[in-house]
Amino acid sequence: MSDIFDVARWRPAPFLPESDAHDGALTFVVAVLCFLACLTALGVIASDRAARGWSDDLASEATVIVRPKTTESPDSAAARAAEALAGAPGVSEARAIERAKAEALIAPWLGPGVDLEDLPVPRLVAVTLDPERPATAAGLDRALKAAGVDAVVDDHSMWIADIRRAAGLTRWFGLGVFLLIAAAAAAVVAFATRAGLAARRDVVETLHLTGAQDAFIAELFQVRFARTAAVAGLFGAAGAAIIGAFLRLVGGGAGLTPVLPVKWIDLLAVAPCPVAAALVAAVAARLTAAALIREMT
Amino acid sequence: MSRKPLSSGGSDAESAVVRFDDVSMRYGRGPETLKDLNFALPHGSFHFVTGASGAGKSSLLKLMYLAARPSRGLVHLFGQDVATVSAENRPFMRRRIGVVFQEFRLLDHLSAFDNAALPLRIAGRKPDSYRNDVAELLTWVGLKNRMHAMPPTLAGGEKQRLAIARAVVNRPDILLADEPTGNVDHEMGLRILRLFVELNRMGATVLIATHDQDLVARSGMPVLHLDRGRLVRVGPRAGA
Repeated sequence: MSDIFDVARWRPAPFLPESDAHDGALTFVVAVLCFLACLTALGVIASDRAARGWSDDLASEATVIVRPKTTESPDSAAARAAEALAGAPGVSEARAIERAKAEALIAPWLGPGVDLEDLPVPRLVAVTLDPERPATAAGLDRALKAAGVDAVVDDHSMWIADIRRAAGLTRWFGLGVFLLIAAAAAAVVAFATRAGLAARRDVVETLHLTGAQDAFIAELFQVRFARTAAVAGLFGAAGAAIIGAFLRLVGGGAGLTPVLPVKWIDLLAVAPCPVAAALVAAVAARLTAAALIREMT
Repeated sequence: MSRKPLSSGGSDAESAVVRFDDVSMRYGRGPETLKDLNFALPHGSFHFVTGASGAGKSSLLKLMYLAARPSRGLVHLFGQDVATVSAENRPFMRRRIGVVFQEFRLLDHLSAFDNAALPLRIAGRKPDSYRNDVAELLTWVGLKNRMHAMPPTLAGGEKQRLAIARAVVNRPDILLADEPTGNVDHEMGLRILRLFVELNRMGATVLIATHDQDLVARSGMPVLHLDRGRLVRVGPRAGA
C-alpha cells in the first residue's frame, strides 16, 4: 500500500469487517446443519412416496380364487371368471393365472417333495382395478355370480389397512425427524449468530457510543448475518441436492432402491433452505444486537 | 433536591450544559463508585477531573456520555433529565458529545481516516462534505502520513491522537476525554491541550479526566477533584 493517502479518492469502508475468523466457523456450522435438514427433507419426501406406493399397489389390485364346478375344468372356470370380470365396472384388466404359475405361488408354502398334481390347486384371476373408480369386492362378487362362477374375491383389504397404518407411521416419523433436525438447525444458527455477534461486541459498543441509532446497528448485523447464513444455507442445500441427484442417477427411475424412490423434482425441496437460514439468522442477529445494546444502556 | 448544585463556572446552574443532582452510581450490586455528586458545568466551560485511580473519574464520564445510568439522583444534559430521554433520542444526544475513551475504542477493520470520519458518517453526512476536514484534522494531530493505516499498526500515541480526532471531528457541544494525554509525549500533550482549548473557545464544554498534574497546572482551568467517589473540591485548582 502506498504511503500517500488520496483524500479525493477515499470512499467510506463498510461499518462491519468484510469477513473474519468467526464467519468461517459460522458458515461451516450453518452449512452442515442445512445439509442435514435438506437431506432429511429429501428422505421424508422419498419415504412418503414409497409408503403411498405400497398402499396404492395393493389397493389397485384384487385376487379372485375360482372354485370350478364339477362339470367344467379349472382352467375353463378361471377363463370364464376372467372374462366376466374384464367387463365389470371399475376393472381395467382381469387375467387368469395359469396352473403352473398358481403352483409356483403355493409351492413355497408346501415345501419340497410334494406332488402338486395330486392337490386341487385353486385357480386364480389377477384383477387390475381402474385407479379412477376402482371396483369394490362386492361389485366383483356380483359380476362373478351373474356369470355363474363360484369364486372368492380377495381385495387385499386386510393387508391394506396394515400397510396404510405402516405407511402413515413412516410418513409421520419422517416428518418428525425432519422437524426435529430443522428446529435443531434453526437453534444452532441462532446460537452461532449470537456467538458471532457477541464476538463483535466492541464494534456494537463503539457505534452505539458514537451516536448510531439502535435500529441502524441492529440492521447492520442483521443484514450481515443473514447474508452469511444464506451463503451457508446455499452450500448445505447444494450438498444435499448433489446427494439426491446421485441417488436418482445410480438408482434409475426408482431411485437408489424402490424403498426410497427419489425424483428429480424432489430436489426443489432444498430451494427454500438458504432463505430459511437467512431469516433465522436475521431474527437472531437483530434480537442479539438489541439485547447487547440494552446491556450497554 | 436538598442541595443546590454548585456551579463551578459561576453561571446559573439551571442553564448548565451538564448538571448532577445528588447523583450516586454503583456497578451491579457493588459498592457505590460515585456518591452524592452535585455540580453543574456551564455552557462553554473547561474543567479537569482529577483523583486517584478508582476515585470514579471514568464512571463520572460514563454517566455523561450515556454509557451508564445513575443508581440515585438526576443527571441533566443540555437541560434534559437523561432518564426521561427516549431510546430513540439518546443517539442524537450522544452525537452532541465527543468522547476520547481511555481504551481508545478504535475499530480495527477501519483505516485511521475511516475511524476519524465515523461520527460524521453516523450522523448521515455526505463524504464530500467532510473528507477535507477529516484530512486536515488528522494532519493537525500528526497523522498525515498514517491516514490509510489500520489501528493495529498504529503506536499507542498515534491511537490516542486518532481517538482525539474522532472525538472532536463532529465539533461536539460537550467534549469528554479520559486520560487523553496518557500515551503522548509532553509536546504532543500540549498540542492536544491547545486543541481542546480551541474547541472550548468555539463553544464546546470540555471535561478532561487526567492524572497529568502538569497539564492541569499549565491550563489554569478549574478542577473537579474526586476522592473515593465523592466530589471534594469544585472550582479553580488550589494554587493554580
